[in-house]
Parts: sequence; C-alpha cells; structure tokens
Amino acid sequence: MSAVDLSAVLGQTRVEEVLDQLERELVGLAPVKRRIREIAAYLVVSRARRSLGLESAPPSLHMSFTGNPGTGKTTVALRMADVLHRLGYLRKGHLVAVTRDDLVGQYIGHTAPKTREVLKRAMGGVLFIDEAYYLYRPENERDYGQEAIEILLQAMENQRDDLVVILAGYRDRMETFFRSNPGMSSRIAHHIDFPDYTGDELAAIARGMLERANYRFDAEAEEAFAQYIALRMKRQHFANARSIRNALERARLRQASRLFAQARGSAPTPAEALMTIAAEDIRASRVFQ
Amino acid sequence: MKLTQGTFSFLPDLTDEEIRAQIEYALGQGWSCSVEHTDEPHPRNVYWEMFGLPMFDLKDAAGVLAEVRRCRETFPGHYIKLNAFDATHGFESLRLSFIVHRPRDEARFGLVREEASGRTLRYTTYERRRP
Repeated sequence: MSAVDLSAVLGQTRVEEVLDQLERELVGLAPVKRRIREIAAYLVVSRARRSLGLESAPPSLHMSFTGNPGTGKTTVALRMADVLHRLGYLRKGHLVAVTRDDLVGQYIGHTAPKTREVLKRAMGGVLFIDEAYYLYRPENERDYGQEAIEILLQAMENQRDDLVVILAGYRDRMETFFRSNPGMSSRIAHHIDFPDYTGDELAAIARGMLERANYRFDAEAEEAFAQYIALRMKRQHFANARSIRNALERARLRQASRLFAQARGSAPTPAEALMTIAAEDIRASRVFQ
Repeated sequence: MKLTQGTFSFLPDLTDEEIRAQIEYALGQGWSCSVEHTDEPHPRNVYWEMFGLPMFDLKDAAGVLAEVRRCRETFPGHYIKLNAFDATHGFESLRLSFIVHRPRDEARFGLVREEASGRTLRYTTYERRRP
C-alpha cells in the first residue's frame, strides 16, 4: 500500500484559509466551527482515500442547520459553500437561497417545473432552503409541498455530486419535519445546531459591524449598548445578531438627526463626530422606556 | 443517412462529456441554454418544439445536461438539439446550436424534380416515410 501526504492535500486546497477566516470573522458559534472543521477533515481524508482507490462513491454532504433566527445559519452556509468548493466537492461553490414560495407552485403541475428550475440553478453549488418545515403541511393533504419534497429527495439521492442541500430553520420545528419525513432525515448526514449568542458575543458582533461600516461607540455608548443588549434579550422577537444589526441601524439614524440638529448655524462637523455613536443615540431606544 | 444540422455538423456525434464541455463554454460566455426537439427534421423546418423553458441564471452544466437526458427519455424517437442564446445587445440570437440526440431510424429525404415553363427546373426535398 502506498502512502498519501494529507498536509499536501490540505495545502493544495487552501481550505485552511477559509477555516481561519471563519474563526476570525464569526463570533462565538464554537460547536458550529468545530463541526465544520470535522467535516473539512473528513473530506480531505475521503479525498485521499479516493486517490488510493479505497473509496468510490462521494460522501453525502446534505446538512441541516437548526437554530433561532439571527444565529448565522445563512452566513455559515455561504462559508460552507466556499469550503466545499475548495475541497473540490462543488464545481462552482455558489449559494442559492430559497424558501417555500420558490419551490412550491400554486396549481397542479406547477410545482415540479418550479422545483426543478431551482435545482438546476443550484447545481454545482449549495441549495439553501430556509424554514424548510413549511414545505410540509400536514393539515392540508392536497398541499403541493409534498411534491416538492419528493423531487428534492430524488435530486439529493441521484445528483449527490452535483449539489449539496442545506435545510435550515428552528430546532423544534425541524425535528417535527424530520419525524414526519423519514426519507429526508435519512438522506441528511450532518445536523448542526446553532446556539444562541451570549450578551458578550452580541457586543463583539456589534463592534465588528460598526467597524466594518467605519463607525465606533464612545466609552459611554459602549456601556449603554451593553445595557441595551441585556434588556433587548429579554424582550419578545429577539433575533440575535439580526436584532443587533437593526438596533445599530436605528442608532445610526438617530446619530444622523442629532448631527443634523447640531449642525444648524455652527462650525463644520468634524469627521470624528460623523464616525462616533454617542450614548444618547442608544438610550433614546424604546427598550429603555 | 445521418442527418446533420447546426454547429459541429461535420463531426461525429458529441459524447455527454463533450456536450457538458460545450455547455460549460456557453454558460461561461453568459449565454442561456435551451433544449428543443422535433419529429420532423426537414432542413426547412425551423420551428422545433421547446422542451421546457430556456434556462437562465444557471452556473453549472449539470442542470442543462439533466434536461437533455430527460428530453431523451421522453422523446427517444425524436431529434433533439441544444441551443445557446446570447442576449447581448446587438446579438440577441443563437450563438450555438447542435444536435444532441437522434432516433435509431433516421429520417430519409427524397428529391422531386419538376419541369416548369420555359425549361425551368424546380427541386423539392421531401421526407420519405420511414420503414
């Protein structure tokens, strides 16, 4: 038996780069990152095994991402597409994100072409189905969602080397969905659970978002925002990073109107002021009332 | 007789791998592919049936190739061709079109010579009934 140099395979694919980028740019999500590393290692090994003729069929890579809204499922799916592309499991490595409306038709005979069209667009990349459980509506036995599921299953089985399907949604609803669709569940090898962010992680995410948009908090604003996060997490419809993004969006709005009010008839506004979000921009939020 | 039409008509039939490479090329140029079929391959018949709609926004050849295979399964006795359409302003027409499937019993054509007035000759190609 001959040997194979795993680090050479790894170096060739430059997958380490993507994994490091993932580590650097995504805050928290430790179990998710670990799973992605595991999958990457598994693919490198299986590639090496194939080069020695020990394995013929490509591994099944369909996945399910479960977690609350705003925990980074779509972002990680994008990175996943990149990782799989670099490892040579996807020819193109693009991501096609769809929901029920893109797959299921409105009348008889509409669903199959619609689903197939989406599948064709996703070939060579990742098909990301957000809130996949809406495909299955048990309360309506004539629902066309079932038809879409069957076509999906067929493609997942027969065109495994052409596309990777990632289903995403809330954990409990996905579990119900898999229980009522055992065919789907058995074709998905990797279930990855996205935990909620802690307050500190959300603060780190906020800092990153501001930095990328060339803004910054002043010292008081930093403190105010930490309080804001603590209060916001207890309120309804908290969507993790998405809520944070929206909060920052609103703070930028308030900052702009504050600067506008101050600017009337006074000296020119320095660049520093344009970049800084002050505590009052955050404390004006409804959450503090 | 082997019917020849379109691009590559002087070459032997392309294999699926070669078809895939052609599709990749077309998609790389930003052209959209479509599949058409007919049971009446007369050279003057330019109206072939569409098999599904033209495929826009594809990134990979696998989607088009799957459609070609599905068409072959559905119409094994028809001629099937693959078209690539260029939507660039000024072109807006097919840039590539070649036969990807032909029936086992190929069409046969005959030629009728008609004498018209003043020793003029008129020729008509017609499709002969297949056995």
